[in-house]
Parts: sequence; C-alpha cells; structure tokens
Amino acid sequence: MLERRTAVAQLLAERDKGLLVVSGLGSPTYDVAAAGDNALNFYLWGAMGLALPIGLGLALAQPAKRVLVITGDGEMLMGMGALATTGARRPANLAVCVLDNEAFGETGGQQSHTGLGTDLAAVALASGFVAAATARQDEELATAMAMLRHAPGPVIAVLKISREPVPRVLPVRDGHAIRQRFRSALFSYHGIG
Amino acid sequence: MSPKTNHWQDDIWRALKAGHIAQVAYVPDAGHEGLIRAAHADKAITATVLTTEEEGVGLLAGADLGGERGVLLMQSSGVGNCVNAFSLLKVCGFPFFTIVTMRGEWAEFNPWQVPMGQATPETFARAGFLVYRVERPEDAGPTVAAALANAYDSHTANAVLLAQRLVGAKVF
Repeated sequence: MLERRTAVAQLLAERDKGLLVVSGLGSPTYDVAAAGDNALNFYLWGAMGLALPIGLGLALAQPAKRVLVITGDGEMLMGMGALATTGARRPANLAVCVLDNEAFGETGGQQSHTGLGTDLAAVALASGFVAAATARQDEELATAMAMLRHAPGPVIAVLKISREPVPRVLPVRDGHAIRQRFRSALFSYHGIG
Repeated sequence: MSPKTNHWQDDIWRALKAGHIAQVAYVPDAGHEGLIRAAHADKAITATVLTTEEEGVGLLAGADLGGERGVLLMQSSGVGNCVNAFSLLKVCGFPFFTIVTMRGEWAEFNPWQVPMGQATPETFARAGFLVYRVERPEDAGPTVAAALANAYDSHTANAVLLAQRLVGAKVF
C-alpha cells in the first residue's frame, strides 16, 4: 500500500511549469493542495464524476500542454463512462491518476467497487487508453509516475493507497476564483493576456 | 452540410461557425444528425461523442478553462442526466451553451419521453439558465447566435430548445 500524500507530493514535485491539474472532489483535492497550491490546479469540491470530462475538454483545448487528472476511486467510478469517451478521442496529452483506497473515504469508509472486483486500469485499457498501470509499492509507483508525466496518452495509473487518515488541507473553494485564477495563469503563461 | 438537411439546420451550423465554436459534444439525436455530421467533417472542430450528457457539461467546462468555446447537443431526456453537473456551471461561473431537441411535447409516440420533456424548461430555469424556444424555422439561426453570444460574451448558461413540432415528431 502507498501513502496518498507522499505519492501525490512526489508526483507533483518540481512539476513542469505548464502542467495543468484537475483534482476530483474530496481527498484528492486536499492531496493536490497539500503538495503545493498552484494557479494551474483546478480544484473540484463537487460535480462528482466530472473530473475526467473536465480534464478531457481541457486536454483537447490545449493539446500542447500536459493535463493530469488526479481523482479518487469513488469519483472515477461515478464517471466511468468518461473512460470510454476519453478512449474514443485519445488525446495524447492526458494522464489520469486514481488514488484508490477501495473505499468512499469522505462518507464513512464504505467499501467501493474497486474493492469488490472492479479493476479501473483494466477498464481504461479496454476502453482505448494507450497504457495503464496499477501500483501498490514504491518501485511500481516510480514506473507509474514516469508514465503519468511523460508517456503518450491517454494513460491511467491506479495507485493503491492506504486508508490512514491524513490532515485536511483545504484550498480555495470559491468556484469563480478557482476558474479565474486558472485561466489567468494559463493565458498569461502563453503571453496572450 | 449535407443537401439532405433542413435549411434551419444549415442556419444553426453557420451560427456555430460564426460564433467560433471549437468543441461539439453530443449524445446523438436524429434532430441533431446534420450538425453532428458537419462537426465531424470540420477540421477546425473537435467533435466528441459522450456516453451520457453530464460528461458534456464537464467537457465544455474544461474547454473553457483551455480557452475554447463549445456546444452540447442533446435531446430533452438528457437534460435530467445533467442536473448535478449544472452546479459546476453556477458555482464557477462557466459560460455554457446547449442545443436541445425536444421530445414528449408534440404528437409524441413514446410515453417514456413525456416526463423529462415536460420538465426540461423548468429544469433549466431552476439551474439558472437563460432558456430560448424555437418553434419556427426562420428563428433557429438568430436564436442560436443570440444564445451563443449570451453564453460567451456575457458568461451565462444558455439552452436553446428546438420544439418537437419544428424537428418533426419521431415516427416508428
């Protein structure tokens, strides 16, 4: 089992200045914030199931940028059809990282489908993703991270994480502010105001 | 567009192109067939088929984050699938534009289309959308152009409903 904060911190350490991150509601949003606030993080606090569709629309609009969706198993399960939609479009710049504790961690830790037989990496691969990996230990994590950062997409890595509670790190939750900040950072980075 | 399509669909297509639509997301409907075909044939447009309509809400929000304009094409039954997704638009102030072919309102053959068809205008209104209804072919192009401007110039959520009487009742 991997530790979620350490894994996300490593994934986002010395991140490329152009990397665009979309985080799924609940703990993945807190994990991404804990790794270091960044204007190019689009934090979700709701809209469960839409992290990947948002990442897909962004990746299609910004083909020269890497887009990384970081979400949980429950959120990904709710939007599982988006794996098929992504597989049908196959954007080369899109990577998906699922933090999989096989439980609905925000609501009492009820067991999720990934603990009851669903293999999200296999579903993604069967839906047209170019590559998929499941990591349970550090050596596998290193391989998964290299894929998430650099491999032609769409790629998905499922990180099997422990359910140990971690401190909450809450980023801005005003949606207008999150959107405006993201767009301002992205377009000033391009130098087009 | 194909010579088979109705002229009002050509007018909608021209309005979408004039409004710089770059992404078209859709769950197919016969009433949108001409637009979908035209979108796939246009190299300047990314057309994405969805498994369910709420994906389109997320997809177009992502497109906006990346600086592109989009439209979601769906039928009225799909509006119900989007309800929680609409909170994303309201909370973040995303511009949004959808064109909906109506069912369940005019010589409807299938009773299963009626509940969501009848609930569609109120659902959009409750979600904070500006809602437009097109009954006459000559209104299609101008209404789409106006709604598109209200979406992307005035940063609001907009839905154009194409009346079943206009689109044509489905015959089995």
